Amino acid sequence: MDFDFSAEQRMLKESVERLIAERYDFDQRKQYMREPAGFSRAMWAQYAELGLLGLPFAEKYGGSGGGGIEAMIVMEAFGRGLTLEPYLATVVLGGGLVALAGSEAQRAAILPRIADGSLLLAFAHGEPQARYDLADVATTARRDADGWIIEGSKSFVAHGDSADKLIVSARIDGQRRDARGIALFIVDAAAEGVQRRGYPTQDGLRAAEIRLSNVKLRSSDALGEPGKALPSIQQVSDRALAAIAAEAVGAMTAAHEITVEYLKTRKQFGVAIGTFQALQHRAVDILVNLEQARSMALYATMMLDEADPAERAKAISAATVQIRRSGKFIGQQAVQLHGGIGMTLEYKIGHYFKRFTAMESTLGDTDHHLAALARAGGLIAANAS
Amino acid sequence: MDLRFTPEELAFRDEVRAFFREAQPASIRRKMELGQRLSRDDIVTWQRILNARGWAVPHWPLEWGGTDWSPVQNYIFKEEMQLAPAPDPLGFNVSMVGPVIIAFGTEAQKRRFLPKLANLDYWFCQGFSEPGAGSDLASLRTSARLDGDHYVVNGQKIWTSRAHLADWMFCLVRTDAGAKLQRGISYLLIDMKTAGLTVRPIPTIDGEHHFNEVFFDDVRVPAENLIGEENKGWTYAKYLLGNERTGIARVGASKYRIQRAKQLAATVMVGDRALADTERFREKVAAIEVELKALEITQMRVVSNARNLPPAVQDPASSVLKIKGTELQQAATEILMEVAGAHAMALQSEHLWGTASDAPVGPEWSATVAPDYFYTRAASIYGGSNEIQRNVVAKRILGL
Repeated sequence: MDFDFSAEQRMLKESVERLIAERYDFDQRKQYMREPAGFSRAMWAQYAELGLLGLPFAEKYGGSGGGGIEAMIVMEAFGRGLTLEPYLATVVLGGGLVALAGSEAQRAAILPRIADGSLLLAFAHGEPQARYDLADVATTARRDADGWIIEGSKSFVAHGDSADKLIVSARIDGQRRDARGIALFIVDAAAEGVQRRGYPTQDGLRAAEIRLSNVKLRSSDALGEPGKALPSIQQVSDRALAAIAAEAVGAMTAAHEITVEYLKTRKQFGVAIGTFQALQHRAVDILVNLEQARSMALYATMMLDEADPAERAKAISAATVQIRRSGKFIGQQAVQLHGGIGMTLEYKIGHYFKRFTAMESTLGDTDHHLAALARAGGLIAANAS
Repeated sequence: MDLRFTPEELAFRDEVRAFFREAQPASIRRKMELGQRLSRDDIVTWQRILNARGWAVPHWPLEWGGTDWSPVQNYIFKEEMQLAPAPDPLGFNVSMVGPVIIAFGTEAQKRRFLPKLANLDYWFCQGFSEPGAGSDLASLRTSARLDGDHYVVNGQKIWTSRAHLADWMFCLVRTDAGAKLQRGISYLLIDMKTAGLTVRPIPTIDGEHHFNEVFFDDVRVPAENLIGEENKGWTYAKYLLGNERTGIARVGASKYRIQRAKQLAATVMVGDRALADTERFREKVAAIEVELKALEITQMRVVSNARNLPPAVQDPASSVLKIKGTELQQAATEILMEVAGAHAMALQSEHLWGTASDAPVGPEWSATVAPDYFYTRAASIYGGSNEIQRNVVAKRILGL
């Protein structure tokens, strides 16, 4: 058992933390949000330069072969800065699927362009009716002479509006919620029949509703074996949840520090409000929630390498439950302890709260994951009788 | 970084596990499994078995009967003991007075007390709280006046756990009434058989006898039983607070209760299915398991980080251990209450002690569930209530 980072991991941590500290203060973030894509292209280029965009990919694709711990380090720093760029959409989800399920040709065509910052991806999977069920895919792909024809709608596609390519899930067989029969396709965002409606989300990020009408694809656009995509989708979703857990911990750490600092500086009745016991105890409860969340983000990261997908899923759901609960508590209480200023758009604490809130419905809410964990028997086995 | 145990750590775990399986007397194991109370003899017997193996005080220095285990090994040992389930060595001896004597006692005191503490030849209790000094411990008033080569002690202690079983008490007394609060306190070891010392039971809400009042009426204590310097007792008492953080969460004990609750819930029917198969029960338990897993990792972080921190610096993560640990102990006893249902409400003290000759009302295990639930409410009160813990964390860690 060992919780220490390697020398390379410490260097990565220092460099990404420094970048965020120098280039991502609250005012800079506001500027980035006003850019056309809703995030900073310059920062994206910076990430590429630091090697963050190729982090999880093999060296031959311009990456550095990093694992879950490296992703955790980056996401935690991003969480602190409430970054806006499509790292999760492009690198973790989109790039993750190409690396996991793609052919050699697909990997070679896409991953180096992600790593150098020239290609943005989004994972167009969720649908309006699916309510967090990863197997609930109504979008269809049917064979035609030259390849596939896709028809359907995708909802809440994170950074779907700025993506150059979409990884689209579609059903080639079976009923709407069947585990079998799901395929993945690489779809050019500018392809005929792809209609995107981009919009800002409550947390300052971007998403899109995507309509796919009679979109014609070649056979070679299929990612992995058509019909057998669900395990890959589950695996990258678990990676994304672990990444979001780390991002949440970074954001919670910042929210905790900002709040404690406020308690020390804000004066009422002639004294700092942090001298009041009711507020002190709340601040300690924030710390307890933060440390519990940090532990579960570590657990999620470690369990990504678990060979048994069911065990991995249980661990990820357990971590997600803790992260969501801690995030909700810390977000709400950080606003409460700030009082009126916590309610304003001009002050940063409310933006952390909004980000925690948006995470709550990403890839399954708390109830969804608690139910999944409970159905799978929980983390602790019953005593043998 | 790797959260998994190394092969060496796993081998150690297996060794410890095998020892507990083989060395623990069956009667004690059965009582532990059923949640029954252990007699004084049970506790002494078990600690002597551990001591014979050299494992009663593994966290002490080698020269006083300890081991050279790493923090991780100590952690594994405790966890396995709670999961066995086997009784902990007496905390007052091995985690409280022992480390204070090791740190601040004279050579003669060490030779006199430490071997007997490890072997439980002396059973210690803790004389800290008083009627007017609970959370505000420093306002204690029990006095000790030096008279020749003896201290003469007068006053009263309260909530003294297991004083009725104890041979000795480590006691905070006021030796300088003029000094301000913390500064006039001394740390004294008192033989419970000394004339003028009276113990009176305080029955607790579980119907049992844990707590006592202890009265001192001109109790004469040899001055050689003073630990360290006069009027420095507060420092020694506080040393305990920073000492032995990792045992405090009792993650293994909570895990055991959850394992047990899940096992028993499979035997309890709700309509046509087992309670263990209802969604509501499963989700409730799963929510506790999540927090318990988080606490387990938090504890491992504290253990692992201990070697990176100077002794005086408290890891912020350690603040979670007492607060969350006790909350989860209580949550686990609540789940067992739910499993037992109305059966838990039959008051059957003899079945709690395993001394009954008649059949219990309801399943045998249900007799211990309510006392366990009631008594575990004390967990968030003793050792500095959770509210005091929050005060301390706010001050020391958050700087508020």
